[in-house]
Amino acid sequence: MIFIAVSIILAAAALGASLGMSNLGSKLLESTARQPELAPSLQTKFFIIAGLVEAIPIIGVGIALVLVFTMA
Amino acid sequence: MAAGQYENAGEYIAHHLVNLTYGRLPAGADLCYGGVNETTQWTLAGCASEAASMGFMAFHVDSLMWALGLGLLVMWLFRSAAKKAHAGVPGKFQCAIEMVVEFVADTTKEVFHGKTGAIAPIALTIFVWVFMMNLMKLVPVDLIPFPLELMGVNYQKIAATTDPNVTLGMAAFVLMLVIGFSIKVKGVGFIKELCLTPFHTWYLAPVNLVLEIVGLLSKPISLGLRLFGNMFAGEVIFLLIAALFGAGFIFLPLAAGLQVAWAIFHILVIVLQAFIFMVLTIVYLSMAHEEH
Repeated sequence: MIFIAVSIILAAAALGASLGMSNLGSKLLESTARQPELAPSLQTKFFIIAGLVEAIPIIGVGIALVLVFTMA
Repeated sequence: MAAGQYENAGEYIAHHLVNLTYGRLPAGADLCYGGVNETTQWTLAGCASEAASMGFMAFHVDSLMWALGLGLLVMWLFRSAAKKAHAGVPGKFQCAIEMVVEFVADTTKEVFHGKTGAIAPIALTIFVWVFMMNLMKLVPVDLIPFPLELMGVNYQKIAATTDPNVTLGMAAFVLMLVIGFSIKVKGVGFIKELCLTPFHTWYLAPVNLVLEIVGLLSKPISLGLRLFGNMFAGEVIFLLIAALFGAGFIFLPLAAGLQVAWAIFHILVIVLQAFIFMVLTIVYLSMAHEEH
């Protein structure tokens, strides 16, 4: 049961985060192409949001590893 | 690596995720090596089950020590840089400190609307402190705990931000700042704002109050849990790679390579999470200053 739970956690976290990151990256490229003079400030904001998005799969991986190695 | 004395990788990881706990062991609690505790006493926990039965009345000695020590170290570094600062060509050390201070000041100006005042120093303190506590994760996982274990200290977690008490404590401080600044800027208007948004009528004040308090509390909780989750997950992965060293000589190059690769990737995460914690603190304080 724990392995099924872990696979669902990892799959959902990876799916959501990769969709979010691709959306974010495409919007960054689009807006940088439209207004290149805003690139530095957009990049700072991009990194903040990338950190927020990235947090979820990493937390998911951590929880999954704890489940596999200390509970199973 | 001390993996030889553990039965399996799970036990190794579980052992490395326990804090050195000093607390009140109640009478009737099971002791680690058989028997029952007879009188209530303040003591160091010898194993995870003793730490668990201490419950709320416990201090995580290692987290406290490392957090305070690193905080004092950073304060001393910045103070010595400030005392030696001069208008001539700056040395490397002064340059590095100036870069950090300028970076935080620029970010604060960009994010915070209005006169910054005490916000930039708060942001600088939070950024540098969280960064230093995160940086302890790059120390190999057994470098400090293993010699201490030989000397009789059973548990040691050197990365303080992998302890939820530390991150949630810092988040609680941010919550206090938000409430304090709200009252300072708006006075009674703060209470009014809590009662009258989103529904602008006094009849629905209780509903508004519940909604606004949930909103107020959820911000620092997510702030603390995000930092904790990232750092804890990274630590578990470090431990997992370290447990691979115990699997035999064939896995040695693989484990070493993975350790280096994950450490290099983690440099990004460490700085990014400290930066996010700082930026979100500034954003919340900025929201506290805004009148509706």
